[in-house]
Amino acid sequence: MAFMKRHETLERHSLLLTVGILIVVAIGGLVEIAPLFYLDNTIEKVQGMRPYTPLELKGRNIYIREGCYVCHSQMVRPLRDEVERYGHYSLAAESMYDHPFQWGSKRTGPDLARVGGKYSDEWHLDHLTEPKSVVPESVMPPYAFLLTKKLRLDGIEDHLKTLRLAGVPYTDDMIANAKADLIAQASPGADYDTEDALVARYEAASGRKGTVKISDFDRNPATITEMDALIAYLQMTGTLVDFSTYEADDLNNRR
Amino acid sequence: MSANTTLNERPGWGFSIGTVSLLVGAVAFGVLMIAANAADPMMAAHAWIFFFLAVTGLLVTGLWAGTLQKRNPFDPAFYEDTIVKFGVVAAMFWGIAGFLVGLIIALQLTFPNLFYFPDFGWTNFGRLRPLHTSAVIFAFGGNVLIATSFYVVQRTCRTRLAGGLWPWFVFWGYNLFICIAGTGYLLGVTQSKEYAEPEWYADLWLTIVWVAYLLVFLGTLWKRKEPHIYVANWFYLSFIVTIAMLHIVNNLAIPVSLTGSKSYQLFAGVQDALTQWWYGHNAVGFFLTTGFLAIMYYFIPKRVNRPVYSYRLSIVHFWSLIFIYIWAGPHHLHYTALPQWAQTLGMVFSVMLWMPSWGGMINGVMTLSGAWDKLRTDPVVRMMIVALAFYGMSTFEGPLMSVRAVNSLSHYTEWGIAHVHSGSMGWVGFISFGAIYCLVPWLWKRPALYSKALVEWHFWLATLGILFYIVAMYVAGIMEGFMWRAYNEFGFLEYAFIETVKAKHIMYAVRAGGGTLFLLGALLMAYNLVRTALGHGEARGDVETTPIAHNPALQPAE
Repeated sequence: MAFMKRHETLERHSLLLTVGILIVVAIGGLVEIAPLFYLDNTIEKVQGMRPYTPLELKGRNIYIREGCYVCHSQMVRPLRDEVERYGHYSLAAESMYDHPFQWGSKRTGPDLARVGGKYSDEWHLDHLTEPKSVVPESVMPPYAFLLTKKLRLDGIEDHLKTLRLAGVPYTDDMIANAKADLIAQASPGADYDTEDALVARYEAASGRKGTVKISDFDRNPATITEMDALIAYLQMTGTLVDFSTYEADDLNNRR
Repeated sequence: MSANTTLNERPGWGFSIGTVSLLVGAVAFGVLMIAANAADPMMAAHAWIFFFLAVTGLLVTGLWAGTLQKRNPFDPAFYEDTIVKFGVVAAMFWGIAGFLVGLIIALQLTFPNLFYFPDFGWTNFGRLRPLHTSAVIFAFGGNVLIATSFYVVQRTCRTRLAGGLWPWFVFWGYNLFICIAGTGYLLGVTQSKEYAEPEWYADLWLTIVWVAYLLVFLGTLWKRKEPHIYVANWFYLSFIVTIAMLHIVNNLAIPVSLTGSKSYQLFAGVQDALTQWWYGHNAVGFFLTTGFLAIMYYFIPKRVNRPVYSYRLSIVHFWSLIFIYIWAGPHHLHYTALPQWAQTLGMVFSVMLWMPSWGGMINGVMTLSGAWDKLRTDPVVRMMIVALAFYGMSTFEGPLMSVRAVNSLSHYTEWGIAHVHSGSMGWVGFISFGAIYCLVPWLWKRPALYSKALVEWHFWLATLGILFYIVAMYVAGIMEGFMWRAYNEFGFLEYAFIETVKAKHIMYAVRAGGGTLFLLGALLMAYNLVRTALGHGEARGDVETTPIAHNPALQPAE
């Protein structure tokens, strides 16, 4: 067979074989991934998305550090039971500032894409400290140690700058005030001017009122702990997009 | 070239020792700088671990090189088998460690009150699970692949490994990467991308090691004494080349500081998700499939002393397998915010993937033609053929699960866990065990394994273990999938999420039991291998070392 004869060339030339392999394995990825960067309808046009506040970003990094994604997805699928259990199905726009994404692959625990605002801060505090205190059958590990770990604030500006480099629209103002913003979000009543400035900055980015929650998340006003950051992050997940203006049936938004 | 012309060759082999030392020395110096200026304690810990291990490596290399005098340590008249021995030991060590961590996390989900500590995070499920997956895939699987590829490429090219000390750099560099990755998970250093968790600096180091691996492999092919490149080497080559591509693209990240452990991924959201699963699925495709198919293509024909069943089939299924596999990633993202055109492409190619996968299975199993009795008499052969049976099963199940309608039920559930474990314990585990059972007597020049009976025990313990494991997880997965979507007669959701967790308790216990059996089997194996190397029992006596020229090459396939 002529085809077999021709294959012999590859079997005799290791570099041809290497290049051949590289070409063959490159095609699929190029065809599937590259268009996602330029096709306009990949990410829906929505109102309300904004970059994470410094405290939420820190919380998200703790979520990543502790491997929460191993058991919790953040992707509500457009299936009847999921929408009823968790809320509106997730949009691509909702993770457009997520470096990296946290969609997950396994639900040993429930989906967290829309956990924000579903429970009180106290519930999260109790649950993270000892999950079985609020959900007796839970198999989740306790995260009480987050309460005693002081949140590291140094270099928070660098985190925002790095993300801006990757395409997240942090403004100079947000970067310059990152530390003050972080402290203000976890210290209600400490300094109203900084609080207002924080809210103004991030609501302007969001184009929507009520997207920044200020609270002493861990009920310990003395210190800003990792618990503060994690609960701040959990309380905002899935709350940004304004679904009253989102047109699911628009042809560009059809999935 | 004879072994006695060492004086002429001295610059050659001295060169590789010098260049390896120079590279490691330069990296150690850079790491010392990072250690002195570390921006966070995790980076400081990692930099010091790295520095300490690199300097130890340099010292040992120096002491060893000092004892050489004029002897060429890389004598081209002999195969480099010592490195394969190291690889086999490393693989067994990491394998048992990885199985043990797997058992621990299985027990954590079964008895959460016993295994969790509120006051520190490093033993929590979220940190141990990546430790388990990386230990079994990259530490166990990776060392099996490096060891077997170094063994096979030498035999099928009838030449010593190229690069002098560079193969050793690959072996130790890779295991250094494993140490950095593993300690990182415990410390909470992670990118959170599944099977690509190590942070930017570990990724950079692995890239250097991997390029060296590719060059050593290609270098050995270049000086081969056989006109044809044997089929196993096509598979090894596709594994090395494709993993390099996947690793580099999926780990594109910007470090926050050059002295800090944290980085942010370059891509975000939907693009990051598809890049990750393009990587993730092909880590399965090219690390856990083509690499281990290469093992199959050497060790099964060699062990049963028969040529590969069909040469044509190996060509057709090789090219179609590596072409189609790459497209299958989006089936991990069905019904997500990934555009549906991409999901559909992923599904179609995943279904197509069934055929080339079974091509490999058929080629392996049918190689036994005329030697079927070995299934009964040789437990090592049986292990490798059962590996192919599991391979066939999970590559049929995979396309099934990639169909959107099926995936809507199976995704996010324990069904996925069952699927990957039938593939990893059944296929990757058994083909690796089989290859190692072949290798140890060959490498230590023993006539046989210490005890064939122990291999039988291992085979049955591990097979039963896998069956307990996967059956429990299939039941748990399908049950929870249906419970999540169950409605009562009033049109409300029937179950709260926690009820589905509670319902899985007994299956979790059975799964942990299966894992225990599998681990026990591996412990028996390690014992058997140690006694084999020592020359006890049925392994008593020595087999003579044959110089390269007299080793018959593998029969080309018909």
